[in-house]
Amino acid sequence: MLDAIIAHYNYWLVIFLMMIGLYIVISRGNLVKKIVGLNIFQTSVFLLYITLGKVNGGTAPILTDKPETFSNPLPHVLILTAIVVGVATTALGFALVVRIRESYGSIEEDDILATERAEDEIAVNEALS
Amino acid sequence: MSLLSEHIPVLQVAVPLLSAPLCSLLRGVRLPWLLALAVSWFAFAISILLLIQVMDSGDISYHMGNWAPPFGIEYRVDVINAFVLLIISGISAVALPYARLSVAHEVDPRRHGQFYTAYLLCLTGLLGVTITGDAFNIFVFLEISSLSAYVLIAAGARQDRRALTAAYNYLVLGTVGATFFVIGVGLLYMVTGTLNIADLAERIRPLADNRAVQAGFAFIIIGMGLKLAMFPMHTWLPNAYTYAPSTVTVFLASTATKVSVYVVLRFLFTVFGPAYGFVGLTFEYIFLPLAILAMFIGSTAAIYQTNLKRLFAYSSVAQLGYIVLGIALGNIAGLTATVLHLFNHALMKGALFMALGCVALRIGAVSINGVRGLGREMPWTFAAIAGAGLSLIGVPSTVGFISKWYLILGALENSWWPVALLIVASSLLAVIYVWKIIEAAYFGVAPEGRGPVAEAPLEMLAPLWLMVVANFYFGIDADLTTSVAGKVAATFLGSGS
Repeated sequence: MLDAIIAHYNYWLVIFLMMIGLYIVISRGNLVKKIVGLNIFQTSVFLLYITLGKVNGGTAPILTDKPETFSNPLPHVLILTAIVVGVATTALGFALVVRIRESYGSIEEDDILATERAEDEIAVNEALS
Repeated sequence: MSLLSEHIPVLQVAVPLLSAPLCSLLRGVRLPWLLALAVSWFAFAISILLLIQVMDSGDISYHMGNWAPPFGIEYRVDVINAFVLLIISGISAVALPYARLSVAHEVDPRRHGQFYTAYLLCLTGLLGVTITGDAFNIFVFLEISSLSAYVLIAAGARQDRRALTAAYNYLVLGTVGATFFVIGVGLLYMVTGTLNIADLAERIRPLADNRAVQAGFAFIIIGMGLKLAMFPMHTWLPNAYTYAPSTVTVFLASTATKVSVYVVLRFLFTVFGPAYGFVGLTFEYIFLPLAILAMFIGSTAAIYQTNLKRLFAYSSVAQLGYIVLGIALGNIAGLTATVLHLFNHALMKGALFMALGCVALRIGAVSINGVRGLGREMPWTFAAIAGAGLSLIGVPSTVGFISKWYLILGALENSWWPVALLIVASSLLAVIYVWKIIEAAYFGVAPEGRGPVAEAPLEMLAPLWLMVVANFYFGIDADLTTSVAGKVAATFLGSGS
């Protein structure tokens, strides 16, 4: 049992990071921290892909004349794309947080929700009066 | 000419993709719109050609950069994705003529270049997800369409600042969904060593008992379930649709969730197939109850909304329930209903959100109190809401009826008659919320202080009525759509077993 865990330790790390990331996204009310959680979550997936490209005893896949075992380069390429997507998501997320801060004056989810509820009540009262 | 026709599949995606950066360079209000319009019409023409070609001579396989699959990226067009491509580009082709006045009213005039750039990127992403035959490529295009959709929704901030929080929530949930999808694809890749969907389907066949394959399946379905707003993962949808600019709501409500449904169908039937025990089980124990809950909770929530855009957004949650229900039935009639409803729901919701956009152009916000008495002042707009509303309810001679007819046939074929009754019962809920609007518009008294309201301009009414007429045309003469949908259902169920 213990051997199996140690032999696959990077998968355990991946799961650990994934859960931390997801937990931050769910539990934090601060909009910036949510994006940090999202980043950790995405990073765990990058690690998952890199891990599964590793071949035991394989070297870097560079063209040589000698027959050699290579690690699989494809997951690295895929993850380069995924990193770019992650950067774009983070940038867009932060841009939205900046705009939210400008118009609500807060980046705490609770404050924003309270503001929105107050607005709703005003709208309802206006409709009734 | 033959060189060009050979490259039709890649033009479908490449033209919108390359014109997007071009669009951001254009100044003013008119030029970016004209470019987006030209590109949309071009994409629509291409998708018609593709559908004709596929119906005549079978699947098309296009090798990107001439690298043979499964090593290179393959664009693979068969009847189902040719049909979905047609829905996406068709809606875009109708929505853009409508867009000019609506966007000019709702979006900052200095930002039109960027707005249409995001629009074209969103179109590219949705078309790309549909046409590609490569699982990782689906993820990349999905993120292109999602990232641009967040931008488009946030563009509604000029009208209501809640567009920002709606876009932010969608961003967080959408990214979690897409990441789940990519984890699932990674797990499948780990076991099979391939990303090409056709190749994946073959290599996965002997691996039905493999834990990694089963986990991958679960991750993909949950991830795409978030993207398609399958109940109870729909929480991002109502606010996103409510606060986005009208044109964006028309486009996203008719296409974005449909594309996610397509990806689910592709993985359920082409890659896995209902013959695998664990796939068949999800139909009855996960899709069926969630679909029925979506139908009822979505419709009930819609009844209590005062903002009309949000009302129809909740109704979309319910309608997606019908789409998922068709999958859950797992027979030809049910699947035909699912594929039909992709098209039919795009027509109804496209028309309804277009009509609300017309109202928003004249009176600003679209609340139930705001539209009181408007039926007499904007007769064409509200007649359109009534027509599309009938279709939403599923009255005979509308497209909504055709979808529900096949759903009920499918339910009876499984002898799940309580399900058939529930379909009828949930349609009655739709009667309530559509009636609520009709009552307010035609029998309500105009609120004090509202001056006379003019009818919406012809430029917006024409696309709106085109959609409404399509609702009735394809409801009366359903041969074309049902034959395509039936063919799709037969291929899916044939290939799985």
